[in-house]
Amino acid sequence: MTQKITINLNGADVTAEVEPRLLLVHFIREVANLTGTHIGCDTTSCGACSVVLDGKAVKSCTLFAVQADGRRIMTVEGLVTGGQLHPIQEGFHEKHGLQCGFCTPGMMMTSYAFLQNHAHASEEEIRWAISGNLCRCTGYVNIVEAIKYADAKLHAPAAGGA
Amino acid sequence: MGVAHGMGHSVKRKEDARFLRGRGNYIDDIKLPGMLWLDIVRSPLAHAKIVNINKEKALATPGVAAVITGADLVPYKLEWMPTLMSDRQMVLPVDTVMYYAQEVAAVIATSRYAAADGVAAVEVDYEPLEPVLDPKKALLPDSPVIRFDREEKSNRIWHWEAGDRQGTDAAFKGSDVVVAEDIYIPRIHVASIETCGCVASWDPMEGHLTLYMTTQAPHAIRTVVALVTGHLGLHEHKIRVVSPDIGGGFGGKVPVYPGYVLAVAASVLTGKPVKWIEDRSENLQADSFARDYHIHAELAAQKDGKLNALRMGVVADHGAFDSAANPSKFPAGLFSICTGSYDIKTAFTEVDGVYTNKPPGGIAYRCSFRVTEAVHAVERMMDVLAQKLKMDPADLRALNFIRPEQFPYKSAFGWEYDSGNYQGALDKAKQIIGYDDLRKEQAEKRARGELMGIGLSTFTEIVGAGPSHTFDILGIKMFDSAEIRVHPTGRVIARFGTKSQGQGHETTYAQIIAQELGIPEEHIAVEEGDTDTAPYGLGTYASRSTPTAGAAGAMAARKIREKARKIAAHLLEANEADLEWETGKFFVKGVPSRSKTIQEIAFAAYTNHPQGMEAGLEAVDYYDPPNLTFPFGAYICVVDIDRGTGEVKIHRFVAVDDCGNIINPMIVDGQIHGGLTMGMAPALLEEIVYDENGVNLTGTFMDYLLPTAMETPKWELDKTTTPSPHHPFGAKGVGESATVGAPPAIANAVVDALSHLGVTNMDIPLTPQKVWAVLKEKGAAL
Amino acid sequence: MIPAEFQYATPPTIPEAIALLQAHQDAKILSGGQSLIPALKLRLATPPLLVDISRIAGLTTLSEAGGWLHIGALVREADLEESPLVRSRYPLLHDTSHVVADPLVRNLATIAGNLAHADPANDHPATMLAYRAEVVATGPSGARVIAVDSFFTGLFATALAHDEILTEVRVPAPMAGSGGAYLKLERKVGDFATAGVAAQLNLDAAGRVQQIGIGLTNVGPMAIRARRSEDVLRGQSPSDALIAQAAALAQEDCDPTADLRGSADYKRNMVRILTMRALHKALERARA
Repeated sequence: MTQKITINLNGADVTAEVEPRLLLVHFIREVANLTGTHIGCDTTSCGACSVVLDGKAVKSCTLFAVQADGRRIMTVEGLVTGGQLHPIQEGFHEKHGLQCGFCTPGMMMTSYAFLQNHAHASEEEIRWAISGNLCRCTGYVNIVEAIKYADAKLHAPAAGGA
Repeated sequence: MGVAHGMGHSVKRKEDARFLRGRGNYIDDIKLPGMLWLDIVRSPLAHAKIVNINKEKALATPGVAAVITGADLVPYKLEWMPTLMSDRQMVLPVDTVMYYAQEVAAVIATSRYAAADGVAAVEVDYEPLEPVLDPKKALLPDSPVIRFDREEKSNRIWHWEAGDRQGTDAAFKGSDVVVAEDIYIPRIHVASIETCGCVASWDPMEGHLTLYMTTQAPHAIRTVVALVTGHLGLHEHKIRVVSPDIGGGFGGKVPVYPGYVLAVAASVLTGKPVKWIEDRSENLQADSFARDYHIHAELAAQKDGKLNALRMGVVADHGAFDSAANPSKFPAGLFSICTGSYDIKTAFTEVDGVYTNKPPGGIAYRCSFRVTEAVHAVERMMDVLAQKLKMDPADLRALNFIRPEQFPYKSAFGWEYDSGNYQGALDKAKQIIGYDDLRKEQAEKRARGELMGIGLSTFTEIVGAGPSHTFDILGIKMFDSAEIRVHPTGRVIARFGTKSQGQGHETTYAQIIAQELGIPEEHIAVEEGDTDTAPYGLGTYASRSTPTAGAAGAMAARKIREKARKIAAHLLEANEADLEWETGKFFVKGVPSRSKTIQEIAFAAYTNHPQGMEAGLEAVDYYDPPNLTFPFGAYICVVDIDRGTGEVKIHRFVAVDDCGNIINPMIVDGQIHGGLTMGMAPALLEEIVYDENGVNLTGTFMDYLLPTAMETPKWELDKTTTPSPHHPFGAKGVGESATVGAPPAIANAVVDALSHLGVTNMDIPLTPQKVWAVLKEKGAAL
Repeated sequence: MIPAEFQYATPPTIPEAIALLQAHQDAKILSGGQSLIPALKLRLATPPLLVDISRIAGLTTLSEAGGWLHIGALVREADLEESPLVRSRYPLLHDTSHVVADPLVRNLATIAGNLAHADPANDHPATMLAYRAEVVATGPSGARVIAVDSFFTGLFATALAHDEILTEVRVPAPMAGSGGAYLKLERKVGDFATAGVAAQLNLDAAGRVQQIGIGLTNVGPMAIRARRSEDVLRGQSPSDALIAQAAALAQEDCDPTADLRGSADYKRNMVRILTMRALHKALERARA
């Protein structure tokens, strides 16, 4: 038995008939063909599938697509605007915050959501914020640096300000 | 016009562009028209007879196209496959399962979901057999023999030894001090965040197979597939292996797993592309493990601390099949590097490989063939000896280091170390961390009842296999390759026999060519992983890419430069001998204005080359290194131990690494950060655990504990530079140094914190419960 | 890992949700889903119907009224963690929500679900025991209030009937001189507790312990209230010796089993250590 759902993915509505058991991550990857969101575990442990749901970072492997019906999802493919990398993407590049690239989209989406409501975060706060996302390559050092870079760029004092 | 950034530049990575946008192309991103899905039924028992497999319900499940069992493979002689270590391994069992989570049947269906439903519907009846789980007991005469298919009725796979047994025995007898410990280095798993998988696409019209696959060694895989399928008429010229972007390898993507073979078989059976992607539990429970070495280690010394001899015996648990990924002549890998950084004149080691009812393997975990085991044992024992002699472990090391002037140094086991300055690295690490002050702080804390420990590791690695006279895999010599083509406009395509899994080859290989030819790295496209286009190579593992393929890149570029010199001479109407090379151009000696850039020369190579010369500007090099490279480092770790809970907190960790000349310092630092974290992980967190029935208790990331950013300390890095004398640009491999060097630094720090209680050794992982049990036993728990 | 097939409903009201539960004996309530969905993926649970209550209006209350903090069924862990009200007035609750699973899971996981699932490894049961909280269960005949002390009935078992929905959690508003703390020993971030201890108390003007609650996580088939430990301290000026005595009683009164996190002996001792530390922290906060 399938159900018709519509999810706003990166600003565009995607409508499909889906089984209720279809995981959101499979909807994103296989129905909407956005393969930047990855799968690294089955137990909500690794965060490779992290996306932003109505402004909050969630693990799309632990959510059914039907639960996101009518809601807004942002994936890594939605970070670039007007051909410009988002500061978090810039940060990961400038600070060498990625190696194999597999955890990177999830890591960036978690960081993106975190920086929406945190400014000038401490090292400890950043590490805490990404503690639901596993990286096997970088030892996290440069991921933290990348987030600090984006934090500084996103929350720079306004020109002429204090 | 860009600028060439060669050696020593922290060039930002070229490959980032696609990864940052979610446009990487990993195995699970590959979707072919008409593709089917394969999922696997796995054994719930560690050792059992298969009484019956009932496919009916599975075949009746919507979307299920076929169910394949071991019996179905017998007519095609595909139920077994060869391993890299001259053993064989079941693709699917015909009548006996050998380990928990072993592949028992494959279900092929029209979707991922239908395949999973099919797996749930396959009914298998088992008759349990007694599992053999303890490798030491497996060697006893009364143990059941698990490999029914072998002529030799024993669980011993092989016995291997190196060094001088009698000489070592004599040296031990003549020594003032002998220390001995049993050291177990537990079974662990690389657990790259991307699991393994493939898409097999059989073209029945052409009789051609394309295999997209998460492999670190695509060319070797093509040959292995051809060897397995040759009798069925599928030969190597009809096989294309493509290794797409890989989400971490660390050694786990070197072997051939049954799932790959099943996907190929299923594609041939159905005539459609078939995708197989492991889930995390399959990955943790059935893919190749690392370590699992039971070591008995002994050191003999004079009373002043000067080492006389080393002896190590190992029982190596290989699981049900010897599927280790070692060079053919090295069943125990390079374990005989276990004399480490020390000048030990006499040594002996022996290793027994043993079958048990556990998954097969014996791969590396981000290290070169059993080097981590060797380094852990010798670095741990140096501390044991220091404790016994009441010496500072730094002083004991200093007394015994191979000195700079002794290089090239021939070890007691016959390895020729290329270069090193161990004391230099240790001095730097001690200075950065403030070693002497730390010892004072430790004494003060101890007086207050607090537990602080300082641990050293002054390790040597052995990477970059290897010289072809010694190293081969299935007879294929362990060279590696590069092919460089300079196009008429001076732009370059370069292809290599290796395969990056995050190491940044697209950037560093381009920098090597930029260094050699003066062409800007952004004008150089680097490709790997497609056997139809890249030159044959052995792949990326054991820190061998820079020592072998990187060297091949430099050598191929130099061949191009030699041809370019001839063309330049023609263009400048000068003698070749009168030309000098300066980055990016040839000029006439003494007349710098008379010059031709490499771009001008490239254009001429296709438009105006000398008569009698072949057109074009390209070269291939298959580089056979004259020796391995021996990167090294000095690590110092400071820990605090909570006497209430047994928790170990890494307070500081200074890592001084030496990998010779560096191509891209940013990437090298990234490799070390990651390596340190993968060294810390098994030291404190990770272990594969089985229950008394052989059931894996750590089959998900809820119990197989990868460190998060919270458990990972902020690493402090520095370096010294001791170039490799034989490598074309003086580099050594570095991707794995930190994984090798870090665990003993941490273990030594923990034991050091407890040494005044009489603790001499503790096995990793140093979990809170394990540390607390020692605290309790010694009366030091709160 | 793929769940088995199921049907899915999103009732817009509580009565409709209850009607669905009544009609389907094996139906399961889906809310945050952070415990249920992993179980479905592992096929440890194969319910024919999921009743998703997350679209029911009016279940997101997080406010103080009438001497209680009211937490609606759909309030997420992250809502508690980020709430200035919770941070300032309910430090034990803040501590707890801060260490449930990981930050992303906390964006979906609900407090009500954490209680209704009744996993002894979950963190909120011990905290609610320490708080003497109440839950509101809404069923076919209306709402009833259940004291947390009688809510947990066993391993994964509660006083909820199949056709009842946990619609609200109520935590008593803090009295003067209150302090609380939750300490969780975990192998890594995101892990279930090796052991966890929740302590909530208040001091009278003379510095004596007036009310006290101590709850223990993952050291028995369900969360445990350490009554004897509470009794030792109630009415007393909390000296180090009394705290140690209370901790020793908690060590005796828990009932852990050995697993990968440690032996029973280790866990018992961790209960003692954590009880001491949680009490000290709670006192520190009460005095601040």
